[in-house]
This record gives sequence, structure tokens and C-alpha cells, in this order.
Amino acid sequence: MDIDLLIAPAPLGVDFDAPAIVPRQLDQPADPSSPFVIELSQFSGPLDLLLSLIRDEQVDIYDIPIARIAEQFLARIHFMQLDQAADYLEMAARLLRIKAQMLLPRNELDDAWEDPRAELVRRLLEYQQMREVVDLLERLGEDRRGRFARAYIPQQVSPPAAPLALSLSELLSAIDRVLRVSREPAIHDVIARPLDVDGAIATVRSVLEFRATARWRDVCPESAAPWQVLSALLALLELARRGELRLAQLGPFASVLISRESASQAA
Amino acid sequence: MNPLARLLEAALFASARPIPVDELAALDPEASPAAIQSALDELRVQYDTNGHGVELIEVGGGWQILTRAEYTEAIERAQLAARPHRLSGASLETLAIIAYRQPIGRAEIEEIRGVGVGSVLKSLVERGLIDVVGRAEGIGRPLLYGTTPIFLEQFALRHLEELPRADELAIALRSASPPPEVTVPSA
Repeated sequence: MDIDLLIAPAPLGVDFDAPAIVPRQLDQPADPSSPFVIELSQFSGPLDLLLSLIRDEQVDIYDIPIARIAEQFLARIHFMQLDQAADYLEMAARLLRIKAQMLLPRNELDDAWEDPRAELVRRLLEYQQMREVVDLLERLGEDRRGRFARAYIPQQVSPPAAPLALSLSELLSAIDRVLRVSREPAIHDVIARPLDVDGAIATVRSVLEFRATARWRDVCPESAAPWQVLSALLALLELARRGELRLAQLGPFASVLISRESASQAA
Repeated sequence: MNPLARLLEAALFASARPIPVDELAALDPEASPAAIQSALDELRVQYDTNGHGVELIEVGGGWQILTRAEYTEAIERAQLAARPHRLSGASLETLAIIAYRQPIGRAEIEEIRGVGVGSVLKSLVERGLIDVVGRAEGIGRPLLYGTTPIFLEQFALRHLEELPRADELAIALRSASPPPEVTVPSA
């Protein structure tokens, strides 16, 4: 995506509150599934973006037209959806503060006045110097990457472990040590909920008395409590084991078909 | 070639890492430092003038035999060796700052780069390019980072002083930068 083509040169003195130069509509939310997809190949941080704006605009780094640059900075981070990234927002806030400071009336003869942009200029220069070192390291690293050293793999010299020799008393004392350091196990009291398999068997039998086939829902109501579901399941399995009925499932996850065994039908 | 040079060649061939000069010297207790140096020079000239596929370079306070750049592609195509991954821009920026300002803490690096560097620092430490070299005084005693010998090796630097001094760079910092002119802002 070519950012440069899409950023129109902003007119001077545009109010920051006006979203007129923002390409993305304000009421159109960013894609919620990917709120932090950030194209980082182009800029490595807010200072990088700022420097690129200054280069594009061909302005003097010691006399940055702060309003214009701040406004373009905001437009670009918004366009690139970087306006959710704290680093970029922090820089945006800083630019706006400097702009506000520049607008304060001051006495031209006041020697104590310090350019509010000075700190930013210092950081930009520092960053630019660092970029120069990066270019150098990139060249050196690329040069070194293109030459191979000996790929020597040291032989495994440690001998295989000897077979375990251990006496019973050593083993027992080891177990004793482990038991002593291991914490008291947490003991849970499990209260058994009685299942009513016999009752469920009676239900299944009564259903099958009138019909040759039935379904799971016929023997176990939808609102059944877990103990009722388990009772019904066990009842079906028990009756199948006794040969009173047959269970079939025609496909994966299909409902279970319960059919009366012909022998019991005859009985 | 003199026997000492042949001994050093064998040792350099056997080693996967650059061999520091004192370890090379330990190979022959009789040899003087000057003899070691002249043997290394002889070896290097041998490789450079007699038509060899490898060269001897001084890197990170040691010496190492490397293949010549023109054979990289053929070696890589034959899958005999692979180039290490290129470092990301964020990693290079962080590395550049650490190389010049070490020992340096995370907060200072972030101040210069203008972004968080936590994960970048972690991956640089994992790759062995930087390491914790101490702790700063002050609140929380933050960790201080510095470059390692592997950094020198991967950028084929003999020592850190081989990097240009900060004031030799095109944009000199702090001292040389003219104070921002006090003019009526154009905004």
C-alpha cells in the first residue's frame, strides 16, 4: 500500500478537530476481528514516521512547522490504523502540546523563552543518528551473512547411562523422602447421588410396551436432571444386555434408536 | 608455510567459533605473541593470494576461517549451509542503540526509539547478541544491557571501536547540533 499517494497535502491552519482529511470514516469501526493489525514494514516507530513526514515535506528539522506536521502525523496514524497504538498516540499528544505551547503569546525579546520544539528536535536527531548506525550494521551483517564459518558439530561424548543399580532399602527410603516432602493430599468428600436404574428400567419397559421402537427422548425427558439421564442410560444398557431391546445409531451423532427385541416381543 | 602457521590453520579449521588470540597462543607455549601474529598474517596472505575458497578474518578479538562471499549462493543452493536469518528493523535499531550506549537500560532505549522494546530485547538476548551486564542504581535497579562477542562475530567486527565514533557520524549529537533558532513559528 502506497501511503504517500493517498495523503493529500494538507492545507495550513486546519482545525485538528475536523476529521475532514481522515480517509476512514469516523463512524466506521475498525475491523473488530483484527484491531491490532499494524503494518510495521514501513515505519519502525513514531519517530520514524515523523522523520519521514519531515523529509517528504522538505522542512527544516530545526524549524518544524509543528501544526502542519502534527496534523499530518494524526492523519497518517489514523489512516494506517495506528491510532490504537500507545507509542503513536503518545507522540501525537506530544505534538499537540508543542503546538499549543507555540501558540502562547510571548515577548520576542524574552531571552528565557525556550523553543518547545527543542526536545523533539533533539530526539529526532538522536533517532536519525541511530538510523545511520542501523544502515551500517545492516551492511556489515549482510556482508557477514554471506560467508559461512565451519559448521562443526561436536560429537556427543557422554557415555550412555549405566543400568540402574538400586537396593530395596534405597528405594524405600527414597519413597519415604518423597512422601515426607509432598504436601498433604487434598481429600474431597464425594457424595453419591443414588441413581434410580430400576425406575428407569420400568419407564423404558412401559414405553416399549406400546411401541416397537422408541427414541432417546421418549425415555428421557429434555428437562431431566443428570442423575435421571444417567439412570436412563444405564437402564438402556442393562436391558440391551438382558436382550430385551436393541440399540442402534444410524450415523454419527444421530439419535439412538431403541427397538424391542423380537424375543421379548414374543414373550 | 612455517609449522606454526600450519598448526594454527589446523586449529582454526577444527573450531566452529572464532578462536581468541590467547587460545591460539596456548597451542604452542614456545611461540611468542609476535610469532603467533606473523603466523596468522602469513596464513591470511596465503589464503588471499594463492587462490583459496576461504579466507581468514579477525573478528571479535579472535580469528576465524570463512568461505568467500562469491560462493555463498552455490553453497546455499546445494543446501550445504544456510544463511542465518536477517535481523528485523526493530532488532537492528535496538542493537545499534545498545552498541553505542552500553551499558544501557530498557527505558533509555525506549526513549530513543520511541516505542516499547521488551520483546525485542528478549529475542536479542535469546540470539546471544546482547546480554544483561549489570543493574543501574536508582528505583527498581533496572537491568543494563550490553553487546556480546557473538554480536561482534555476526557483524564481522574486530572490536566495538571499529564502529565509527558517535561524533564521526553524519549527524553529530548534542554538542554539535546548533540550538534551534528562535524565530516566529511558521504555524
